[in-house]
Amino acid sequence: MTAANPAVTTDPTRTLDLPRPARPAGALTTALGVARRTVLRNIRNPQVFVLGMVQGAMFLLIFRYVFGGAITTDGVRYVDFLVPGFVGTGVLFAGMTSSIGAAEDLKDGFFDRLRSLPVPRIAIVSGRVLADTVLATIGLTVTTVVGFAMGFRTSAPLSSLLLAIALCVFAAFAFTWMFVLLGIMAGNPQAAQGLGILVFPFTFVSSAFVPVESMPGWMQAFASNQPLTMIVNATRAFTLGDVAAVRVLGHSAGYFAIRSLLWCALFIVVFAPLAARRYRRG
Amino acid sequence: MPPILEARGLTKRFKSTQALAGLDLTADRGQVTAILGPNGAGKTTFIRMVATLLLPDEGTLTVAGIDAIREPDKVRRAIGLAGQSAAVEGAMSGRENLVLVGRLFGHDSRQAKASAEVVLDLLDLTESADRLVRTYSGGMRRKLDLGASLVGAPELLLLDEPTTGLDPRSRNDLWDAIRALVAAGTDVLLTTQYLDEADQLAARIAIIDHGKVIAEGTPDDLKSKAGNDVVEVHVADAADLDRAIAALAPLGAEAPRVDRPTRSVTVPVERGSSQLLEAVRILDGLGLAVSDIGLRRATLDEVFLALTGRPAEDDADPDADGPATTGRRRRSKRAAARPEKSLT
Repeated sequence: MTAANPAVTTDPTRTLDLPRPARPAGALTTALGVARRTVLRNIRNPQVFVLGMVQGAMFLLIFRYVFGGAITTDGVRYVDFLVPGFVGTGVLFAGMTSSIGAAEDLKDGFFDRLRSLPVPRIAIVSGRVLADTVLATIGLTVTTVVGFAMGFRTSAPLSSLLLAIALCVFAAFAFTWMFVLLGIMAGNPQAAQGLGILVFPFTFVSSAFVPVESMPGWMQAFASNQPLTMIVNATRAFTLGDVAAVRVLGHSAGYFAIRSLLWCALFIVVFAPLAARRYRRG
Repeated sequence: MPPILEARGLTKRFKSTQALAGLDLTADRGQVTAILGPNGAGKTTFIRMVATLLLPDEGTLTVAGIDAIREPDKVRRAIGLAGQSAAVEGAMSGRENLVLVGRLFGHDSRQAKASAEVVLDLLDLTESADRLVRTYSGGMRRKLDLGASLVGAPELLLLDEPTTGLDPRSRNDLWDAIRALVAAGTDVLLTTQYLDEADQLAARIAIIDHGKVIAEGTPDDLKSKAGNDVVEVHVADAADLDRAIAALAPLGAEAPRVDRPTRSVTVPVERGSSQLLEAVRILDGLGLAVSDIGLRRATLDEVFLALTGRPAEDDADPDADGPATTGRRRRSKRAAARPEKSLT
């Protein structure tokens, strides 16, 4: 049995030999720090990350070789129609992953730790969005490479291809605000995964895999105007070149790109403040 | 200097639950203050409020003299939070985790590295510093989480149930780490549902239940508040237990409590040593073999039971099997893993 009183009292003569920072971290340091951690969290879990890639490649194969034969795309080979669609839908699937990631951060206390630190609130959520944008970019680069390996060809100049990629990256950035908000609102990764089902109508009722004209009229109204169709068609038009784009899709790349950008702007304006608000005190 | 923490009349309601119902608490500098209470008592709500993660519905709250409601940013510079779940990144090394949080506290990259080094050394984690945290044990993760809350050299460290779910050895290890910090001059506010944890670490303990402080003082104050000393008898033969209970019952100020696995009977008594002698005479007269008998102060478990009418660890222990006779019994189960300690 110990006789000493186990209660401890601080010794005012000693101090932990650590300086206190003069001022807290700025928005940029915070966002980059959070982003770096989130990117590392993903790429240092290669099983999950690589599995995602393999899954994407598998779906691409299935569409190209299983469904592709039954889908008619006038004036363009199906593989050339499909691959830009696939790259575009990758934006939504990356968003689903970021919803789950945000819900995990909330659940495992990472957000609480961040919110107890003297850092700008908006920088915390910005860091998350930045990281998800980087991850989406890696994903769509891989999809593009797999697409080329599967026979996708384009005669468009490199500048058009880069514009297409840039548009997809920007769309990933814009959409992520909404997905992060959904993830936080879901509260836990399972619920966030469940909410991910919302992605499917947008993915499939779009021009991504089949021409919208093959759908019933009422569905076409949605399919041809929803944001993913704009992004997919812009990407497709950039790779087809304007002449072919107008013939196959009805409009030039610029037409679709501007509409895509408007959608992106709307997503950012609406969802960025809502997501940032969620990081305030309850 | 203002107290490190001053809370007055804090209330918080979540839908149908009144999490805090007028909580008052003052924590002085230079010590560990423990908030002790069962699950759902409002401990976590309170500590999240101090950590500026939650706003109270009513009441005032100052941390190191700063108004936590109006100037949360200033409070954030004065606190470090380690929550219930170790909020460290498994895909980063221990060192990378600490450097990241150091940068967020505002250190430049060189200072963040230096601070991480000091903290790793303090917590005895230097050897594992470059391993990914997902390879750490639960205890090491908690220690690292504690370390992450330290790299900004906070005035007040907030620990929300720092050892919940840890095995006894990791718990002792973490207790040592917390003691080292306190000795180095950091004030600590911790919540716990473990009475022995509060007893081990804290100079002041506030017992909360249903969102209010129901008792407050040093561990000794609280033990005397429950009033009675306790005669504790361990009989040598389990078959004698019922006879011992019946024989000792008339001595007690309250009914005897029995803990069958350890073959012990405890009787709260009002006149300590004379009643201990009486107990010895009674048991001797009956010819009962006694393996141990003694007089001791009430434990905090007993205090909690006396104050609230129920054991402190209600529903708290996930591996508790079935309803226990008293709060004492669950404590005994845990205590079995560690040598019993004197609480005087």
